[in-house]
Amino acid sequence: MARTRRRFNYSAVIGTVPMILVAVGVFVIGIAFTFFWSFTSSKLFPAYDFVGLKQYYRLWASDRWLVSVSNIWIYGLLTIGGNMVFGFLLAVFMDQNVRGEDLLRSVFLYPFAMSLIVTGLVWQWALDPNLGLQSAMHHWGWTSFHFAPLVDVNTAIYGLVVAGIWQGSGVSMAIMLAGLRGIDSEVMKAAKVDGIPPWRTYLFIALPMMRGALVTAFVLQCVNVVRVYDLIIAMTGGGPGISTNMPAVYVIDMITSSQNVGQGMAAATMMLVPIIVLLSIVGIVGWRRRLRAEADA
Amino acid sequence: MRPIGAKTRESAHREAEGPKPPRLSPARIGIYAFLIVSALFFLIPLYIMVVTSLKTMPEIRLGHLFNLPAELSFKPWTDAWLHACTGRDCFGLSPGFMNSVKITVPSVILSILIGSINGYALSFWRYKGANLLFGILLFGAFVPYQVVIYPLIIGFRIMGIYSTMTCIIIVHTIFGMPILTLLYRNFYAGLPIELFKAARVDGAGFWKTFFYVMVPMSVPITIVAIIIQVTGIWNDFLFGIIFSGRPNWPMTVQLNNIVNTTTGVREYNVNMAATILTAAVPLAIYFISGRWFVRGIAAGAVKG
Repeated sequence: MARTRRRFNYSAVIGTVPMILVAVGVFVIGIAFTFFWSFTSSKLFPAYDFVGLKQYYRLWASDRWLVSVSNIWIYGLLTIGGNMVFGFLLAVFMDQNVRGEDLLRSVFLYPFAMSLIVTGLVWQWALDPNLGLQSAMHHWGWTSFHFAPLVDVNTAIYGLVVAGIWQGSGVSMAIMLAGLRGIDSEVMKAAKVDGIPPWRTYLFIALPMMRGALVTAFVLQCVNVVRVYDLIIAMTGGGPGISTNMPAVYVIDMITSSQNVGQGMAAATMMLVPIIVLLSIVGIVGWRRRLRAEADA
Repeated sequence: MRPIGAKTRESAHREAEGPKPPRLSPARIGIYAFLIVSALFFLIPLYIMVVTSLKTMPEIRLGHLFNLPAELSFKPWTDAWLHACTGRDCFGLSPGFMNSVKITVPSVILSILIGSINGYALSFWRYKGANLLFGILLFGAFVPYQVVIYPLIIGFRIMGIYSTMTCIIIVHTIFGMPILTLLYRNFYAGLPIELFKAARVDGAGFWKTFFYVMVPMSVPITIVAIIIQVTGIWNDFLFGIIFSGRPNWPMTVQLNNIVNTTTGVREYNVNMAATILTAAVPLAIYFISGRWFVRGIAAGAVKG
């Protein structure tokens, strides 16, 4: 706060014109327009008539949207859960003074450097029933092996989860490993002296102490899940049928090929809801912790 | 789990002998087994990509996914680069590669320049309302892109630059701004305030202080910013397909068109070579920058 200068410096304002334009023009006015158009009957071009909640009624009566919403829950819970648990396990195992730590870290993290389009295409091939994992197993003599999630309406979404975990668990590991290394080594030593088994030390002592890293990894995963688009396009194209549609795919499809902007904007507004809820929770938790810290001081 | 006694004896032994690699006990075998199995899970797709890209189509159709190529064929690679069809055109990925370069270079320079000026202003020249703007920008980091895409399309249409190179560069600059501003703000907040005060006493204003004092100090954070931006922009698909216009489509869009084309026979070897080529630039950055990449993620983790 000592750095705060309330004096109005014109150079500073001119220097931050791009920031002002983006903050106000894109994030305030842009979102306001999205919200506004969700109450209109916009088709290919924006309309300015008011039709009330009609787009929302239509949205929640649409099978495709309902499938999208249930998919984002399945995909989100499994991917976020998988990435957090797998990432934590990798971080703990990496913390055991292993040889070749740098090499292993590179291996776990390289998928994150690649485009989700690339990731999606690679897994699409690996899971192809005629050329991928399944046929390889058959050639090795395991002829009853059946693993082709992408071609089945009921399992395609789980194929996406596999790719999501492959791409994202390395990042969780990197963030959590940083959190783990940030814990005072005296604490871990003390637990060892007390004869507490390592798994209990990590679960009940280290885990609560790396709250910052956990929140960072979690929020990062949530944001990525809500916007997931490229992976779906590359891996399944939303199919078979409508079985792997996601809200992000629905919105883009409505404003491009379906030319139903009002509907797309209603869906986009709904996408904003979970993010606002998430941010509010994080904000309230942080605010309460500050209050408590002040009360203790 | 090992009995406690064995453990203490072992560590006592180790201390006496000086640092020595930990002995192979059942627990350590378990640790390595877990890590190696995990590493295989991460490496198998890469292995499949490389092996398949070097096979001929008849060999691929046999379905031996994991076998090494019987005879090496580099034709898929030249095909992917020069002859593969993206929709109507059959010039391979090379035009897409050039487009990606033309998009990435200016976007990275522009977004880093703006992000660093923002971070500098927010650290040393906080004017009234600046913090509110920063708050909105941070909120923007969490907004799903799909929420603001349509208003942007309309805005760019009104300005007459929709579907151009300029348009896609501006879009990348916009969406890079929240994270870069945060990055530079946090970096400048850690610099000693005396540095800034000294420049002020010497009579340097906003720009002079920035270019002569802050920019030279910013090398480490700028490396992180370049890594985040180059990989992020190179890997982008959504903005490329919507904002850049067909002749300017980046490599990722062309790759998807080559692979997910509905016409003709699927040439898996060409497709995999094309995939590796598209991933080459970010992977090279990742392997060369190593530690910096991890730092970049940690620093950029707030945005994703």
